[in-house]
Amino acid sequence: MSPILVIEQVLNGLQSGVMLFLMAAGLTLIFGVMGLINLAHGALYMIGAFAAAAVAGATGSFLLGLVAALTASAAAGALIEASVLRRLYGRDHLDQVLATFALILILSEGTRWLFGSFPLYLDIPDWLSGPVRLPGGIRYPLYRLAIIGIGLLVALGLFALISRTRIGIRIRAGEADREMIGALGVNISVLYTLVFALGAALAGLAGALIGAIQSVQVGMGEPVMILAFVVIVIGGIGSIRGALVGALLVGLTDTLGRIFLPMLFGLFMEPTAATTTGSALASMSIYILMAAVLLVKPTGLYGSAG
Amino acid sequence: MKAKSLFLATAVASALALAAAPGARAEGIKVGMITTLSGGGASLGVDVRDGFMLAVKMSGRDDIEVVIEDDQRKPDIAVQLADKMIQSDRVDLLTGIIWSNLALAVVPAAVAQGKFYLSPNAGPSQLAGAGCDPLHFNVAWQNDDLPAAAGTYLAAEGFDNTLLLAPNYPAGHDMVNGFKRTFTGGINGEIFTKLGQKDYAAEIARIRASGADSVFFFLPGGMGISFLKQYADSGVDIPIFGPAFSFDQGILQAVGDAALGVRNTSQWNKDIDNPANKAFVEAFQAEYGRLPSLYASQGYDTANLMISAMEKADVSDTDAFRAALEEADFDSVRGKFSFAPNHFPIQDIYVREVIKEGDVFTNKIVGVAATDFVNAYVDQCKM
Repeated sequence: MSPILVIEQVLNGLQSGVMLFLMAAGLTLIFGVMGLINLAHGALYMIGAFAAAAVAGATGSFLLGLVAALTASAAAGALIEASVLRRLYGRDHLDQVLATFALILILSEGTRWLFGSFPLYLDIPDWLSGPVRLPGGIRYPLYRLAIIGIGLLVALGLFALISRTRIGIRIRAGEADREMIGALGVNISVLYTLVFALGAALAGLAGALIGAIQSVQVGMGEPVMILAFVVIVIGGIGSIRGALVGALLVGLTDTLGRIFLPMLFGLFMEPTAATTTGSALASMSIYILMAAVLLVKPTGLYGSAG
Repeated sequence: MKAKSLFLATAVASALALAAAPGARAEGIKVGMITTLSGGGASLGVDVRDGFMLAVKMSGRDDIEVVIEDDQRKPDIAVQLADKMIQSDRVDLLTGIIWSNLALAVVPAAVAQGKFYLSPNAGPSQLAGAGCDPLHFNVAWQNDDLPAAAGTYLAAEGFDNTLLLAPNYPAGHDMVNGFKRTFTGGINGEIFTKLGQKDYAAEIARIRASGADSVFFFLPGGMGISFLKQYADSGVDIPIFGPAFSFDQGILQAVGDAALGVRNTSQWNKDIDNPANKAFVEAFQAEYGRLPSLYASQGYDTANLMISAMEKADVSDTDAFRAALEEADFDSVRGKFSFAPNHFPIQDIYVREVIKEGDVFTNKIVGVAATDFVNAYVDQCKM
């Protein structure tokens, strides 16, 4: 086990972590501000990827594809919020889960109706493809480095938005006391639509960025959404900082576990059994992490004590 | 009121039952197709369905009725659909299932109720070995046939340090075992990933560090698309091989240049030179406006096998119909085709290479991996 392999895996963990952050940030914002459990967040990720693939395919420009992903997912988010979810804020979480689950089915089959059953083509642009040589002789894909960069920039931007702007103040106030900011003259329904569209746009951006290195197909959002829920539970529901720390923890645990657990078991078991046991345990590692965090801090790492 | 509607329902039901009773139809057949038409695996089910219906249409027969339902890739739904088709639709024959876990849930119960099952895809070892049944026929392959052929091919090419990669679920282990059964070279190691995993950065880093001379991988559908794209972008240049499932016509367009030149094993390709295959490829393109995949060819062969048996016997005469199926007297698009004693195919398995024809990515046959290949479970089947 060389140091190069370890560093490469840490970079992989960071990359998967920042992408999870883009998903989890929207989810946790929406839950924190509106108290809404949005199962359809994965469908917005899928919409972003499909919009990027369609526009990049038609124009040949990956950047235009990214713009399309942001626009389409934000628009879809705003539309869903204004037409369906607005009626559910006062309701029980179970009603919200039911309605947003229905939205997953509608959006998935709608996407199939528009684009067909076969996966779409979306590839890394030429200027970002191939590996680069990092100090120490590590060859690492340039595109994954770019993803890490974009993810961290978005995280910074989001912190600045929440802590330094007027909108950010309103979002934080909305989290703290919904009725009061309404009474102070803030148009709460516009604020809600805005927050939802922002969360949707982040999910769409993640979908488009990941779509270029994975498969763009119906149902691609659901596995990611489950991980995003694990992230916000670990980080503390409603906390952006918690989402970032949780996402990086989950990304690193998952990636490092997948490679090093089978190797670890290989030290004292025969190879086939070690591979099987190690792989099985690696699939569970993030859930074990979640259970451990909840044992120590029941509201998550940065959750409010309420 | 309640009694009246109950009476009405009974009357309607018995009228339907009468209409559908085998005696009411001279010859003819009613087929129940349970396949995956929604969700992530839908492209496979759509191809099997389209291939099957194309053969029915081309036969010009009007005595074949096909009931098609979507199993959503869920075993419980597949079981419900099979019950409904057997009990209320009164089908004579079932087909269509893509996934091995669904086939294992449906097939044993269906054949126990005296229905024929023709598999256009899933070929789990359980149904080939001890669990084989006179009424169950597989028109595709046993799950480890294609990887076993790949093992023979890689050994013949002189590879001697191969790394194996597959998802950690029964078919993944089947594929790896199938490969190891015939591969005589050295094994570098085995990597099992989570089923449905889409990011292979960690595994690719391990491949880079492994020192292997070749990689054999089984990652069907979206997993394969993701792996091939990420592998091509990583700059690792160890040659990779796999069974056809990551290289079918439906997903190659989504993989793009990343798959070019990769060799894979398959029992079918569109350039197999025989009249039946030529007619099939042309008719499929004319009917659906796209190239057929191996799944479409399997659906097409399944329907033609059934039609060949209908010409010799009535489906209500179970023994005669089974004997007619066993003869496999139809022009398979694969060329040679016959059944082993456990009702799985004996066929040639080819080596294909991914090429680009104009704007379309597709496969070309570059060699034969195994001739008259018989699955490994045939001796365990007692029927």
